[in-house]
Amino acid sequence: MSVKIPPGLQLEKVDERIMTLNVGPQHPGSGHMRLIVQVDGDYIVACDPDPGYVHRGEEKMAEYRNYITNIPHLERPVIHDSCNILYPYVLGVEELLGIEVPERAKYVRAIASELNRFSYTLYWLAIYGIFLGHSTMFMWPAGDRELAIDLLDKMTGARVTHAYFVPGGVRNDLPANFEDVCIRQVNYLEKRLKAYADIFYDNPILISRTKDTGVLSREDAIRLGTTGSVLRASGVDFDVRTKEPYDAYEELDVHTNVLKNGDSYDRSKIPWLDMLESCNIIKQALEKMPKSGSVRVKLKPNPKGGDDEVYKRVESGRGSLGVYIVSRSKPEPYRLKLSVGSFRNLICLPYLLKGEKLGNMPAVYWSLNYWPVEADR
Amino acid sequence: MSSEESKTKPVTQTQTAPAKKEPELPKFEKDLSDKIVTKFGADTEISFVKPNRVRINVKKEKIKDVATFIRDELNFDHAESVTGVDFPKEKEIEVVYHLGSYTDPKLNKQILSLATRVPREDTPNPGKDSTKLQSLREIFYSVEFHERECFEMLGVYFDGHPDNRRLLLPEDWADIPPMRKDFATKGR
Amino acid sequence: MLKELELAVTPQTANAFLGKLGDILVKAIDKPLGYAINWGRLWSLWPVHIETACCSVEFGAASSPRYDVERFGIIEAFGSLRQCDLVVVQGTITRKMAPRLRLVYDQMPEPKYVIAMGACAITGGLYFDSYNVLPGIDGILPVDVYVPGCPPRPETLIQGCILLQEKIKNMKAR
Repeated sequence: MSVKIPPGLQLEKVDERIMTLNVGPQHPGSGHMRLIVQVDGDYIVACDPDPGYVHRGEEKMAEYRNYITNIPHLERPVIHDSCNILYPYVLGVEELLGIEVPERAKYVRAIASELNRFSYTLYWLAIYGIFLGHSTMFMWPAGDRELAIDLLDKMTGARVTHAYFVPGGVRNDLPANFEDVCIRQVNYLEKRLKAYADIFYDNPILISRTKDTGVLSREDAIRLGTTGSVLRASGVDFDVRTKEPYDAYEELDVHTNVLKNGDSYDRSKIPWLDMLESCNIIKQALEKMPKSGSVRVKLKPNPKGGDDEVYKRVESGRGSLGVYIVSRSKPEPYRLKLSVGSFRNLICLPYLLKGEKLGNMPAVYWSLNYWPVEADR
Repeated sequence: MSSEESKTKPVTQTQTAPAKKEPELPKFEKDLSDKIVTKFGADTEISFVKPNRVRINVKKEKIKDVATFIRDELNFDHAESVTGVDFPKEKEIEVVYHLGSYTDPKLNKQILSLATRVPREDTPNPGKDSTKLQSLREIFYSVEFHERECFEMLGVYFDGHPDNRRLLLPEDWADIPPMRKDFATKGR
Repeated sequence: MLKELELAVTPQTANAFLGKLGDILVKAIDKPLGYAINWGRLWSLWPVHIETACCSVEFGAASSPRYDVERFGIIEAFGSLRQCDLVVVQGTITRKMAPRLRLVYDQMPEPKYVIAMGACAITGGLYFDSYNVLPGIDGILPVDVYVPGCPPRPETLIQGCILLQEKIKNMKAR
C-alpha cells in the first residue's frame, strides 16, 4: 500500500470465509457511529460497535460552568428534545438548592416536555424512512413536525434549542391565546398521526423488512438494562412518568403502551403509540392548569449547594434519562453525569446482530431508538 | 407495603430515641439498608437514607459479595449507570453504581447507590497501577459499556471484565485520563 | 500575387494572426460554453451525508416539505459519495472524526465545494474548550461558504446555498 493509513482505520481482510467489513462513520443513514462487522457470506457473525465520533466532553465542561450557564450546554446532546434532557438536571438543582416551583410552572413544563416528544419522535421516524429507503416516510413526518415546532416557537422563542427550563420554573409564561391555537394544532396532528397507520404500519413492504428481525426477549431486555421503547416493545411495563412521577405527572393520567413480540416492527410502533398518548396529555394539562400565577422563582446570584448529591430521572423520547450531580459548596457542580437512554441501549447491538442477515442491519440498528450524539455526550 | 405509597413525606419510625432531635427516616428504605448492614457488618456503612434513594458505602474487596446479595435477596436487576468521581485531596477515586429494579413492583421507584473507593496515584498508568476494582459484569450484565467508559475516563481498571478497551476517546489518545481533576482544559 | 503572400506570411505575422483568431474563438464559444457548464453545475449540487451533531436536525428540516431545498436542485443523494459534489459539514467535528472527514473529501470527484454550517464548524463554537473538538474545519478542508448560527435556521442555510451558487456562476468553469 503506497498511501499511509491513519491509525484506527480498518482494512478489509478476507480470511477464508469470514470477512471484516466497516460500516463506517460516514454512512447514508444518520449520525456518526461505526460498526465493525464480521460476515460469513450474508450472515453477520460478530459485531463490535465503535461510538465516540461525536464525543464532545460535556461532562468535563460542566465542571467549569455554574448551574445557570450550564443550561445551553446540557441541552445540546439532543437539540430537538432539549426540554427533556434539561428536565432531570433542573429537578436535581432545585433539590440541591431547596427551591419550590410554582404550580403553573409544573404544568407548562409538562406541555413543553410532550411537545418535545413529538419533535424528537417524528424526526426519528423520518430518519427511519431514510434507512429503509422509503422516501414518503421521510417527507410526511418531517413536514408534520413543523406544526409542533410552531407551537414551541410561540412558547419559547426558538425552533430547537429552547433553553426554556431554568432552576425555579420556566423562563417566561405562555402567550395570550396559546390555548386555542394549541388545541387546534394538536387535533390536526392527531388526525395526521392516525393516517400513518395505513401508509407505514400496514404497509406490506415495511412489515416484511422489520417483522421477526432482531428479536429481544423479555428476560434479556431486563438483564441487559434497556430502557424506553425497546423495553416496552419486549413486554415490560415501565415508564418513569407512571412509576416514579415527577412534577405535574402526579396529577395527570398517563397510559403506557406495551407490545409483546420484541422485534423491530414493535420497536418502531411504540413511539408512534406514545405520540398519540401525548396528544391526550397535552389536552389534559391545558385543562387542569391554574389559569394565572407566576412561573418563575427568582434565584440569588451565584447559587451554591451544600455537600450533597442527587440522582433524578425523567422519561425522554429515548427512555429514562438520569442525571447524577455531586456538589461541594461551590457555584459549579463537582461532578455531573448523564445516564442517557441511547448509551444504555447500545449494548443490544452486538447481542441482536449475531446471526442476522446483513440486509437487516439498518432496520435493527435504528429501531433501537439510538441517537448517536446523545450516546457520546 | 403501604409505607411506600407516600412519595416525598417521610414516615415516622419508632426506633429512634425520643430525646434526640433526629430527622425521621423513611421506613421501607431503612429496611433495605438494614438488611445489607446486618449481613455484612463492618465492611459496609450507610451513607444516607432519603425517600426513594439509599446509599451504601462498601470496601472494595467485598463489592462482589454485596452485589450478589443485592441481586438475589433484594431483587435489584439492572444498573442504571456507573460513575467515577475523582477526589485528588484524599487521593482516592470513588466509583458509584446506581441500581434499579424492573421486576419487583415495590422497588420500581427505588435507586440504590453502591459506592466504593479505590486508591489513586499521581502519575496514572491505566491498567498497570493500583487503581483496580473487581468487575460486576457477571452479576449485572448491563454494566459492560459503562465500566469501559469509566476505565478510559478515569483510569480505573476492572478485573474480570473481558474487554477493557477504549470506547469514546480517539484511538491515539496519549494523555492522562481526561475526567481527572489535574487534566487541564485549554483556556481555563 | 502568390509571391507577395509568401513574403507577407512570416513567423511573426502568422503568430499574430493565430492569436487574433484564438481571441475571436474564445469570445464566441468559450464564454457561452463556460456559462452553460456552470449553469448545469449550480442547479444540481448533491450533498454528502455528513450529519454530525445538532445542525443535522436543521438540515433535515430544510429538506422537509415546508422549506424544500430540493427546488434548488440539492437532493440528498442517498447513495454513494462518489456521485456527490457538495460537502455540507453540519456541526462539530471531533479529533476522532477529522481524518475520516478528509478521506471523505478526497474520495469525491472534482469539482467539489464545501459549506461550513454552524458555529462549531466555523470556529469550534460552544465547545471551544473541549479536549476533543477541532476549532473549525479550516485546517483540513478548503471552505467556500460559511453559514453562521447555532443552529442556523433553514432559511439561513438556503441563503448560504444561494451564495454558493453566485460564487460558482462567477468562477471559471474548470
